[in-house]
Formats: sequence, structure tokens, C-alpha cells
Amino acid sequence: MSAHSDVRRTPYILLSPAILAMLVVVFYPMLEAVITSLHRSILWRPKDVAFIGLDNYFAIFHDQVFWESLGRTALWIGITIPLQLLLGFVTALLLNQKFWWRPVARSLILIPWALPSVVIGLMWSWIYHPQVGVLNDLLMRVGMLQSAMPWLADPHSALYAIIAALVWQGFPFFAIMILAGLQTIPGNLYEAASIDGATAWQKFIEITLPGLKSVLVTAVMLRIIWVANSMDVIYVMTGGGPGYATHTLPLYAFKRTYSSMDFGYGSALAVTFSMVLLVLIMVYLRRVGKDMK
Amino acid sequence: MTPRQTKMLRSLLFVHVPMILIVLFALAPYLWMLLTSLKDESTLFAAGRTILPNPVTLQNYVRLFAKTGFVSNLGHSFIVACGAVLLGLSVSITAAYSFSRYRFTGRRPLMLLFLLINMFPVVLLIIPLFIIMRHLNLLDTHLGLILAHSTFAIPFATWMMISYFDVVPKSLDEAAQVDGCTAISAMVRVVLPVMIPGIIATGIYIFITSWNEYLYASVLAGQAVRVLTVAIQTLIGEYEIAWGLLTAAGVIGALPVTILFLFVQRRLISGMTQGAVKG
Repeated sequence: MSAHSDVRRTPYILLSPAILAMLVVVFYPMLEAVITSLHRSILWRPKDVAFIGLDNYFAIFHDQVFWESLGRTALWIGITIPLQLLLGFVTALLLNQKFWWRPVARSLILIPWALPSVVIGLMWSWIYHPQVGVLNDLLMRVGMLQSAMPWLADPHSALYAIIAALVWQGFPFFAIMILAGLQTIPGNLYEAASIDGATAWQKFIEITLPGLKSVLVTAVMLRIIWVANSMDVIYVMTGGGPGYATHTLPLYAFKRTYSSMDFGYGSALAVTFSMVLLVLIMVYLRRVGKDMK
Repeated sequence: MTPRQTKMLRSLLFVHVPMILIVLFALAPYLWMLLTSLKDESTLFAAGRTILPNPVTLQNYVRLFAKTGFVSNLGHSFIVACGAVLLGLSVSITAAYSFSRYRFTGRRPLMLLFLLINMFPVVLLIIPLFIIMRHLNLLDTHLGLILAHSTFAIPFATWMMISYFDVVPKSLDEAAQVDGCTAISAMVRVVLPVMIPGIIATGIYIFITSWNEYLYASVLAGQAVRVLTVAIQTLIGEYEIAWGLLTAAGVIGALPVTILFLFVQRRLISGMTQGAVKG
């Protein structure tokens, strides 16, 4: 064996443990999910497992709850992301100013992002508590509410109450990404614009926004994928209820699987959701792939 | 008003006040949980309830540790998180080194694949993992959860460490190889020592994510191995009205990761945003 072929093999040898691990814990299970989705497979009826082709997928097509959950997922993403972006943007612009306690502010802002989703669900449920929640107390004291509101038990408000919690959890991510983007914009661009007599607003539109374009697109896409996937906060706060009022697609797949132990149909739902998500991910990967060395 | 005063007023109005409001918004839910946990349980539902605890009491914490199995839950979380860190770091260090240092056929698709895995829906993996682990008798074990957590730990750690490796000049390991080191010993003896802070940050990130994880922990384990997140969720079911106890559990559960996070956030953020800003 020549030294040359040895060198060529080195990167693959170095990669092999990680790839092997991914094959075992990610790709094999994924294949298993696809196979299960083509079967009638209910956990407590092991004798009744049978290949049924695409029947589970046809059933999904006629599943009212599936379409509702899909719509709710779109609504969930469509409200959460713009709010996170807006709040994150304002935060980033503030953190980009020079003031003496900036490092402290930057660290504290990030705390929501590091907390366990169960704890997030717990503390927001406590804030929304129907009888003694602090939100009801405050709103009633300032006269915005006449009587206590059961935020999480009312099907009209439950989804929005959870969205508020998720906005809170996710805005630090945007703030940090946008801040990093702001710091790459050369300061002399602003100086030149000032000499030309540009107003602050003009500078923002003509310099800041174009300079942030690629960071914004990346961050929004990453966040859409992440928010679409995240179901733990919902699961902890309402379990998808009341009724189906807070079911998003992944949560429906999850609950459907474990409430009836119907692994065939649940897998088909999960695969369908992944396909929808894959379109988004592909768009994202194309962007990243273009810029990769 | 003098110009100096005008300037101060402006920075007060447009920087300090809005910044304080946002910091308050970020901290308020946590602080509210902390305040609640320090209150006497009987005052929580009283008509004249107050914002600040009066009197301040630690009885909720005493009860949490005495009456529930919270200490053992913390222990399980610690074991699983440490296992995920060890497994995640050990395989991703060499992978990241390979991606950062070599140009080989299939590098780009493989890197994109690792990025793709990061975005896989948990719900797609959790169903088959349950079936597989049931066959292998791995349900409700530390090892089973560690393996499940490695599905996100390995790809993420690999990506983070690529960005840390990229910062270390290539000339460093080339010099070592000229001096007769093999590729692997150059990595171990020359590059890794420089990387220690990055490795620690990555390890802590895995620790935090594993500690915080709930869905895998509740489906793949939950009885013999009941980690903290599952325990808190169970407490919510069992002690529905004991909000003093529940908030105490929330405070204790979130404390270790908050401290760890504040400790490494600078390095963590630089590793995470680098790729995004470039891209």
C-alpha cells in the first residue's frame, strides 16, 4: 500500500465513527418509519401486522384532523416567525449601540433560549392560570379584562397563548443572528451616507437591510424549520387541546401514534409531515451549499 | 437643555429604556416562577395575594427534595446528559477534523447530510426508535436515551466543531506532520490542545440540549429512568394545585443549564453564527 492511498483514505477513516453512528440511530430508524407506514401495525395487535401499500397515506388524504393540523401549522409558523423576527430585530439594533451594560444585556436576553421546554411550559401555564394567573390579575387591574380568562382552556385563545410563549422563547435567536450580521456591515458605509445627508431611516433602508439580507434569509429559514418541528412546548402546555385546538402536524402524528398505539398510521403522518418540511429544508440547503467552501 | 443633556436624554429614551423593557420581558417569566417558589403555598390562592413573597420561605424546596424523588431525577438527567456529551464529542471530533482539514470526494454532500440530520423532525425518529429499542430491550435505560440524544448531538457537535477547527491555522498540523506525526497524532497532540475551549463549549451545548430534552425522554424512558423534564411534567399532573412545589422544581431544573449557558454563551454564539453569517 502506498503512502499516497493511505492519505486519501484518512478523511474517510476519521469520518467513519460518526457516519456509522448516524446510520444506526438516524437512517436505519428512518427507513423503519417508512416501512412501518406501509403496514397496518398496531402495537397491541402484533399478529395483525400486514403490508397494505399506500392505504395509510390514502387515509391521511381523507383525514379531517390532518388538514386542520396542517392549516394550524401554517398559522403557527406564519404568526410566530414574524413576531420573533420583529422583536429580535429591535433587540439586535439596541444591542448594536454602545452602552455600558451591553454585555450583561446580551447575556440576559439569551436566557429564554437555554431553558428546558418543560419549564417554559410550566411557567407560562402558571402565568396563564385561569384563577390566580398573574396575566389575568394584571389585565383586570388595569381594566382590560372584566373577568378572569381561561387562556389555555378556551379553544379560541389557546393557540395564541402558546404562540406568545414561543415568541418569547425564540426571539433571542433572531437577536443574536441579526446582531452578528449587523457587526459585519462596514461602519464607513454609514459615515459616507451621513456626509451625503442621509436620514437615519434612509440609512436603515439603504444600508442596514441590504447588508442583512443573507443573514435574515438564513435565520428565517432555520427558524421556520425549527418552529415547524417543535411540539414539546405545546405538548406540555395543552397536550394539543382543548379538543384539537392546538394540534400542529407533528403533534398530531405523535399523539395519534401513542394514544391508539397505531404505529402504521402514525408513521405515515410523520413521513408526510417530513415531506412537507423537506421542501423547505431543500431550499435552505441550496443556499448553504452555494456558499460552502 | 445643553447639547450634552439632549444627548443623554436621547440615549435614555432610545437605548436604555427599551433595552430594559426587553430584558425584563426576557426575564419576567423566570423571575415570576422564582418569586412564586419562595411563597408560602397557602398564600398563592388567597384573595389578597401579593407580588413579592411575604414571608419568604424555602418550604417548597424542602418539600420538593423530601417528598418527591427529585434528587434521583436530577441524577438520571446528569447521567444521560454526560453520556450524550461523551458519545457526541468522541465521534464528532474526528468527523469535524476530517471535514475541516481534508478535501475529498463526497465531502460536500456528506457535510450537507449532517446539516440535514439536524433538521429531521423528532416525530419521524421517535416512532421507529421506540419500536427498535423495544426489540433490543433498551427502553427505559440510560443507554437507550443516550443513543436517542446522539441523533441531535452528533450532527450538531460536528457542525460546531468544524467552525472551531477552521479557525485553527492549517499550518499548525502541517508543521507537525512534517516533523513526522501521522495525521491522527497531529490532530491529538497539536490541534486538540488549542481547541479545548471550543470542545468544552460544544460539550456544554450537548449537555444543555440533552438535559432539556423532553419528548424522547418521555417516550423511550420514564419509569426506571425518569429524567428531570419527565419528572416535572409528571409533577404537573400529580400536584396540579401545588404551584409552590411545581415552580420550585422548575427553578431547580432550569438552574444548572442557565448557569452553564451564561458561562459559555460567548463562544457558543460565535461558533453558531459564523456559518450563518457567512452563508
